[in-house]
Amino acid sequence: MSPVAGASQSRRLDRQNGEVIDRSATVQFTWNGKQYEGYRGDTVASALAAAGERVFSRSYKYHRPRGLLTADYHDPGCIIQVDDEPNVRGAHRRVQPGIRAKSQNTWPSLKFDLKAVNRFGGRFLVPGFYYKTFMKPQALWPKYEQVLRQFIHAGRISPETEPGYFDKRYAHPDVLVAGGGPAGMAAAISAAQRGARVMLVEEEHQLGGHLRWADAAAAQVLADQIAQWPNIEVLTNSTVLARYDQNWCAVVQRDAAPNISERLIKVRARSLVVASGLIERPYIFAGNDLPGVMLSTAARRLINLYAVAPGRRAVVLSANPEGDAAIEDLERGGVEVAEVVDPRAGQNITRAIGRSALKAVELADGTRIEADLLIIATGWTAPTSLLNMSGNVPVYSPRAARFLPGGEVDAGVFSAGGLVGDGTAEEICQHAEYVGLQAAEHALAERAHHIARIPTTSPPVHQETAAASGPQAKSAAGEPPQLVPKEHPELFRAATHGMVDFSEDVSSKDLYLAVSEGYDSAELAKRYTTATMGPAQGKLEMVNTIATIAEATGKSIGETGTTTWRPMYVPVSLGALAGRNFEPVRHSPIQPWHEAHGATPLVAGQWIRPEHYGAPKAEVKAVREGVGIIDVTPIGKLHLQGPDVSKLLNHLYTNKWSALDIGRVRYGVMCAEDGVVFDDGVTGRLGENHYLMSTTSSGAGRVWEWVENWLQTEFTDWKVHVTPVTTAYASINVAGPYSRRLVSRLAEDVDLSAEEFKYMRVRTGRIAGVDNCIIWRIGFTGELSYELHVPAGYGLHVWESLLEAGKDLGVKPFGIEAQRILRLEKGHLIVGQDTDGLTKAYSAGLDWAVKLDKENFAGKPELAEQKSTGAGLRLVAIQPKDPAVVPEEASQILQNDGRIGGRITSSRHSPTLNRSICLGQVEDHLSAPGTVLDLRLPDGRTVQATVQEKLAHLDVSGSRLENESRPEPPVQHQTPVARGPVPVRGSAGRLGDWEVRAAGGPAELSLTDCAALSKMSVRAPRDSAAAQILRTRFGRSARSAPGTLIIGSGPGEWLLIEEPGAEGQTLAEIRQLAATDREHISLVDLTHGRALFRLTGEKAPDLLSKICAIDFSEDITPDGAALRSSVAKIATDIIRDDQRDSLSYLLHCERSVGAFLYEAIHDAGTEYGIADGSILGV
Amino acid sequence: MMQIDCPWCGPRNATEFHHYGEIVPRPEKGSIAIEEWHDYLYFRENPQGRVNETWYHGTGCRRFFHLLRDTLTNRSSHLEGELQ
Repeated sequence: MSPVAGASQSRRLDRQNGEVIDRSATVQFTWNGKQYEGYRGDTVASALAAAGERVFSRSYKYHRPRGLLTADYHDPGCIIQVDDEPNVRGAHRRVQPGIRAKSQNTWPSLKFDLKAVNRFGGRFLVPGFYYKTFMKPQALWPKYEQVLRQFIHAGRISPETEPGYFDKRYAHPDVLVAGGGPAGMAAAISAAQRGARVMLVEEEHQLGGHLRWADAAAAQVLADQIAQWPNIEVLTNSTVLARYDQNWCAVVQRDAAPNISERLIKVRARSLVVASGLIERPYIFAGNDLPGVMLSTAARRLINLYAVAPGRRAVVLSANPEGDAAIEDLERGGVEVAEVVDPRAGQNITRAIGRSALKAVELADGTRIEADLLIIATGWTAPTSLLNMSGNVPVYSPRAARFLPGGEVDAGVFSAGGLVGDGTAEEICQHAEYVGLQAAEHALAERAHHIARIPTTSPPVHQETAAASGPQAKSAAGEPPQLVPKEHPELFRAATHGMVDFSEDVSSKDLYLAVSEGYDSAELAKRYTTATMGPAQGKLEMVNTIATIAEATGKSIGETGTTTWRPMYVPVSLGALAGRNFEPVRHSPIQPWHEAHGATPLVAGQWIRPEHYGAPKAEVKAVREGVGIIDVTPIGKLHLQGPDVSKLLNHLYTNKWSALDIGRVRYGVMCAEDGVVFDDGVTGRLGENHYLMSTTSSGAGRVWEWVENWLQTEFTDWKVHVTPVTTAYASINVAGPYSRRLVSRLAEDVDLSAEEFKYMRVRTGRIAGVDNCIIWRIGFTGELSYELHVPAGYGLHVWESLLEAGKDLGVKPFGIEAQRILRLEKGHLIVGQDTDGLTKAYSAGLDWAVKLDKENFAGKPELAEQKSTGAGLRLVAIQPKDPAVVPEEASQILQNDGRIGGRITSSRHSPTLNRSICLGQVEDHLSAPGTVLDLRLPDGRTVQATVQEKLAHLDVSGSRLENESRPEPPVQHQTPVARGPVPVRGSAGRLGDWEVRAAGGPAELSLTDCAALSKMSVRAPRDSAAAQILRTRFGRSARSAPGTLIIGSGPGEWLLIEEPGAEGQTLAEIRQLAATDREHISLVDLTHGRALFRLTGEKAPDLLSKICAIDFSEDITPDGAALRSSVAKIATDIIRDDQRDSLSYLLHCERSVGAFLYEAIHDAGTEYGIADGSILGV
Repeated sequence: MMQIDCPWCGPRNATEFHHYGEIVPRPEKGSIAIEEWHDYLYFRENPQGRVNETWYHGTGCRRFFHLLRDTLTNRSSHLEGELQ
């Protein structure tokens, strides 16, 4: 290797025992545009220090030059920009070939910083300077802001920067160890020996902690031992950021894998061992932030890890044995030790002298010693953060001159090493081994308890036998080794004032001033001065801050107390916290057609729907004059089955339901217990005990939960089974005067004549060759219309068949916008649009639908109250006097006295009436027909509008709901094709009617779309004869025959998966039993309603752990386990169903989110090379 | 994140559940004073400490169940006395 021009490694030492650099691999990079060279393993700062650089940044407020202070992650003087990435920890980030590193907060250059004028004006930048100075006059603030922006202490982000890929995963170790020093390593080993699964997290790039410079050989021995335990997962360059309830811990992993910037690991640890060690504390004196003043651990890191001489001539201020050891290191590194100042012998220093770097040190006796290096070893800070995050506070020990964890620790939280006390490496390890054992035993007991609590294991695993591993296994019995804090002199400040917070440029003088201004508590002074609020987050400056406040107030440190430790332990990038973001979207089976035909997408909750296909008003015209079809798949649909359904409906809806004949449909309104309208829709009776309920699109999940709530908590003896089938059907509304003509051309076995199929009736039959379609005749648009619910896989086929069959009728697809206009013309309200969270039924114009003479129903007491008091607004139809004025929705309605008397809830221009039409909620006294209202528009204009007689603007009598048209003979249509939720990639094959992927290559990890498999839901009491036949309990799955997988998907719920059209013996027996009516059994075919994927490969559990919080380890989720949880934020059934000795999982969710889940699995599997499989030939 | 011990599924993250709050018995049907009804709808004890609550495991077994939770520690259990 040849030295690079302008930057030789002049400070590099000969080989050191513990060095972490690879001298065979040089790394070229630039610093502020100049070429430098380091070795692989160097940090940016150590490579620069090897070249003799001493200044790395300018300080936050005063722009003072800053060099190395701690030479680790927390170094406040080494925050730099690397390429496009700002705020990089330069003393931690390893140097990479070709990186362009730059200093931050300097202008125009690091050496000549114009903003350093701040230094001369330094005394003006007192605490609160910005608040005090730039407050007035307020008008000038924008100017101030512009100038102040230039002083922001941060790097620059380029908008062109490629976004990084930030990963997430869940982990479930028995023991999480925070800190990979001797204590952490010893604890991890003993926990692993006891049989625990251990995750060991170390902030730095290597395990070893302080042993790396104190005893490199001992560090290596421990690291080698760690490597022998397969049940210890080691994460270096990672940090335990936070601990929340029940050991829910956040860990950030900084170089997890190629192409992954950072990975956030959400860890549920049964035991947490905090072994974060001790952090060396700076000392307060004049000039303590000059480049050349560094902590003893910084010098020892530089010498021992990076083989860099930290200076030429040193003064050492040492008050402890670690400081004394640094003297030996310095001498070995060829640094002349000019003077050792020992506070234990009454000596001290007064100030550090120098301008851009240290020149000399002035001792307490006045002696001045020339030196370019001042080593500080005056004490330690225990980073108790993780222990204190549950609210308890650390306690100050004057004897040890540091805060100790204090307080009650939560169950499952342990500490070891320097946090607990001091000792030799051997003593620390002995104590930590004991702690590790305790942690393991706690964790294994918790694990056993957990396994006993879950239904997925069979037979239950006996954890006691699984724990011990080998002859080395120890027990936690016996005398616990003690680790006590050693005596240490209390050293915080010399006779001069100096920096307390190096990140925020807060001096001890600033803290004195803050106290004198009345900010005399630690919490107040902290916020006022911003001490401890910078990137170091208190780890370096907290104790000095408290000590200074204590000194200024005349209190003791113990009395002064400390500020609160909160997550995160270290600052964490927003990318890591955001990670891969899951926002599920839902698609109808017809979505590919909408996309191909120019539909403008509308985001409605999770659904992506067509807003229109270009001209919504023309779409309205088509419906009013011809025929239109709209995809209304998102309408919520619940399959209700059982003898008590009518009782349930009577309770849920405000109107009467006892006398609904089979084949009829009725509209109903649901109110919450407070009388507020919360959903509406029609419900049809398909059979004696079989109903189909529809809900609003956004209310589907809410209504289901509401219904279950009543059945499970209030009416527990009612026999009703509720199955959501929203996505089991593609729903198409065919509306317009020609709708009967169109539908009859495809409905082969349903008589659509006006006499046979009247308004508000339901029929089932075959449409375009598709069996089991449900047709109800309803009229949301105000026209003659039929709503077709077809098995979802055939949705696209039926949609295309309708368009083909209705060509001569001018059939047009219409979107949500046209539907909104149509229903507004008809005066039909939309829950959530024309009502809000306070709108009771009588305020929504639903008086006719509330039957207070019913014995009881949800919301009755409140509605009776509203009826008697007449309270609340009224929903009315409103027309502006000027038909061209279309008031914006939410425009306000004014009363005579200028107060608000209501608002517009819906407003459109009606193409049919050629005028503006509205719905609005108004005060009762403004609701009489003919009342003239003042509308205040958002632009400030006030216009007049008139309250209408009825809610309907059009066809009040309902004459358009029927016409003279006659059914027509059937026409030809394409052969039905069923499609799964995921478009087939590659060549397509057939499985029955289903279009499937033709072939999948062999892959280590494969994902196969199994939508074509038959999926039958069975509900029956858990102790019933049906349960006897199914022989599979909740939480488990089993095969009753080679082709039939029975899944215990819920308490009293089963799912049977079979080849399409191959109904097995089990299902036949259940059908027979159900036909006898002896037990309340329901069967619902969910083949079309669910997405089903198979994920196969040894990496499958790792992949799933990226998108699901379940523990997929063998003892918790063994073969045959069946459970439901959140996968990529989608409620998903997961069934472990191993295939020929290969790990395999079935994933099962609602069809509409199937494509989203598929993509999420693919994305998570990229790291493992996931490939598409094929259901054919399996 | 708090863990909720579902009586059916075992311990799961709280995000899988919906919190229905303190158990308040629904007044018997029939004629009750509207004030009594308002108490049922709107008033809760909100204790600092143990409280009996209803939870719904929406992203799991979809069962409603009762849970004894300590609002200070977020520890919970199903049976009186199991909480420590």
